[in-house]
Amino acid sequence: MATVALHLWSGLRRLTGGAEVVEVNAETVGEALDALCAAHPGLAPLIQGGVSVVIDGDMTTSRHHPVTPENEIFLMQRLKGG
Amino acid sequence: MAKDEFNVHNLVGTRPDRPDGLDKVTGRARYGADISAPGMLWAAVVRSPHAHARILSIDTSKAEALEGVKAVVTRADFPTGLTGEDWNLQENTMAGDVALYDGHAVAAVAATSQLLANDAARLIEVEYEVLPHVIDVDDAIKPDAPAIRPGSADASVPEGMAPNVVRYMEFGHGDLEDGFAKADLVCEKSYKTEAAHQGYIEPHACMGQLGEDGKGEMWVCTQGQWFIRRMCSAVLGMETSQLRVTPSEIGGGFGGKTTIFMEPLSLALSRKAGGKPVKLVMSRAEVLRATGPTASASMDVKIGMTRDGTMTAARAEFRMQGGAFPGAPVDMALYCAFAPYKLPAVAHIGYDVLANRPKCAAYRAPGSPMGAFAVESLVDEMCRELGLDPIDVRLKNGVKSGDKSSYGPKFGSIGLTEVLEATKAHPNLAAPLGPNQGRGAAAGYWFNHGGETSVSMAISEDGTAQVSVGTPDIGGSRASIALMTAETLGIPYENVRVNVVETGALGVNEPTHGSRATFASGKAAVVAAEQAIGEMCRRAANEWGIDPEAVEWVDGAAQPAGPNAGKFPPMSIAEIAGKMGSTGGPISGHHEGNLDGVGASFGTHVVDVEVDPETGRTTILRYLVVQDAGRAIHPSYVEGQYQGGAAQGIGWALNEEYVYDDQGRLANPVFLDYRVPVASDLPMIDTVIVEVPNPGHPFGVRGVGETGITPPLPAIANAIQHATGARLRHLPMTPAKVLAALKG
Repeated sequence: MATVALHLWSGLRRLTGGAEVVEVNAETVGEALDALCAAHPGLAPLIQGGVSVVIDGDMTTSRHHPVTPENEIFLMQRLKGG
Repeated sequence: MAKDEFNVHNLVGTRPDRPDGLDKVTGRARYGADISAPGMLWAAVVRSPHAHARILSIDTSKAEALEGVKAVVTRADFPTGLTGEDWNLQENTMAGDVALYDGHAVAAVAATSQLLANDAARLIEVEYEVLPHVIDVDDAIKPDAPAIRPGSADASVPEGMAPNVVRYMEFGHGDLEDGFAKADLVCEKSYKTEAAHQGYIEPHACMGQLGEDGKGEMWVCTQGQWFIRRMCSAVLGMETSQLRVTPSEIGGGFGGKTTIFMEPLSLALSRKAGGKPVKLVMSRAEVLRATGPTASASMDVKIGMTRDGTMTAARAEFRMQGGAFPGAPVDMALYCAFAPYKLPAVAHIGYDVLANRPKCAAYRAPGSPMGAFAVESLVDEMCRELGLDPIDVRLKNGVKSGDKSSYGPKFGSIGLTEVLEATKAHPNLAAPLGPNQGRGAAAGYWFNHGGETSVSMAISEDGTAQVSVGTPDIGGSRASIALMTAETLGIPYENVRVNVVETGALGVNEPTHGSRATFASGKAAVVAAEQAIGEMCRRAANEWGIDPEAVEWVDGAAQPAGPNAGKFPPMSIAEIAGKMGSTGGPISGHHEGNLDGVGASFGTHVVDVEVDPETGRTTILRYLVVQDAGRAIHPSYVEGQYQGGAAQGIGWALNEEYVYDDQGRLANPVFLDYRVPVASDLPMIDTVIVEVPNPGHPFGVRGVGETGITPPLPAIANAIQHATGARLRHLPMTPAKVLAALKG
């Protein structure tokens, strides 16, 4: 399983021991989010409450979307529209 | 992959008649309140007259004794044990121990007529203990403010914050200190916006029916029938699939009809009334008191700029209240605030704060207009101080495809530069200005959205097509989806009918929100049409006795693909459809999924105003909207979206606000006092559709519904300063506020 870097919003630093970028082993978005919560359980309620995942500038809502070490992956608050 | 590299189309980009036009101009269209059924009851709701009050007792006996009353419900009739947002929805539908805002529902009654229901509601006696309340966001965030819901902060809030802070966020990148040190001018200002309602013409209305067998039906005015189904089921403890929800025609939504407010009450009353259908229609006052406006905001912004207009660093701290429940769009406001700019260093801090007001709902680009008001106002102030052209400064700092965004990820394909260049070239910018007149410009941004989508398409026996979508049409999506389907099939626009269907007909669809309907349902409809084309090519191949791979689809007909495939005359869609019953049965297509590939949209507005120095009244003289649509499928609807967003933004900027008295009661719950712009207030709004195709859509579509409400707030403030020299940093810019600013 490859190592991917997840860019978090900096307000979460206090729940990740100060890290704003967290590396996890994952091949899909879902695996990456699960691994993130396993490594930093304090994040779990926020992640499970809903986040948006942006991969190389494109937002995805699928946990099955593949991720690779080459991807730029950002977690954002869940986007809502009118 | 783009369908045809965005080349010329026969239908996409044309302006055929709208499919709902005749129904609407003749009064034939059926809106939420038009639905009735035999044996139907009418409902009325008892609402709290207090901004914050403990409910000591509710006596329903006199109401229940009234002849014709069939059911009364209070919170005791709802299931317990809900958590998270489901609890929030239930609590907002019907207050539990505490009424959290003026207008919060505390009981409901169903009777054989509306008059009887109203009388019965007045007979329900509620005893309250009035509690301290807080309305303004800056008051609500104080450490000693009345605590509205202690313990409701989520894990993002560090210990020690004020009791009404329920979400906290910070994000950014770069060395802020270094960035500000490199600037020739650093400015920091504070701005405020007030809550504004979406102001849709049609009030919320529904008819619900729920039997003792647990099976229910609802007809409702909504942007999202599946959201209504899920939320009502959660609030009432029902199995989701036992509730069938049919959307009516919709008289405006703008985000405010993406959630529930009173809909579960009709079902709860019906269940208690032996399964009789119950109609519930809100008055305008109920809409304003008890449905979701947008949040109000208090914002501090700091920007560093060099003499040539290069932005070196920026910081924003936003506080927003979205009522007595978490969910103010402070995150979206921060994401969008600096989105037009490429910034080496930027920091964002946000607070979601509770106040004794109704639960906010989405409103067209939720949060983005507030953020734009603060940032685009300050950018303009700095341009004036440095003597720089505001469009040139935005071109100098504007983001391009592949740039790192202010909120982190890099941008995909975007068209801000093209928008700014089209703005600069527009003749409105050269129009002469007279005394007391001024010009203001501002940029705006919205992400747009794809989301859960399910669409089916079926070929009829005569070769026409029907498309079933789950996204209610609030801005022209039926026409646009019909155009894309017809273009794909190679048949006339008039030969496609698009139906918005009920929850039993398709898989789960998100609402029409996030400017997604034409993008997502349209994209799915194209895939569904391509599936049908594949099947029609197979049917033709079977008729001809050739390989299906040797058949292609051209101009609405199957034909041999090249001379080696055989010599057969084209077989039209009507011929294939006419005998489909004997060649394999129905021909259809279906596509569903989480539709990615969304393209964000930037816009720029330029407004000319005249300010009356005696009254302070601001008149809009000239208004220009320039926005990237990706591809305008039906340009008239795109222009309508641009104009509608501008009109709503003008109202928010100049007139609209929730006014509360000192008891926390809404003082302007009717349109006479809550002043939305009317046609006579506005000039014809000029539009320019910029088309930088979105590579994530077969025809290049970006969403167009939301960006347009973002720039008006700052653009008008900028124009008023140009006209008068006075800078207003607190919306709305009413005549009284303008006069006060002129007096200095």
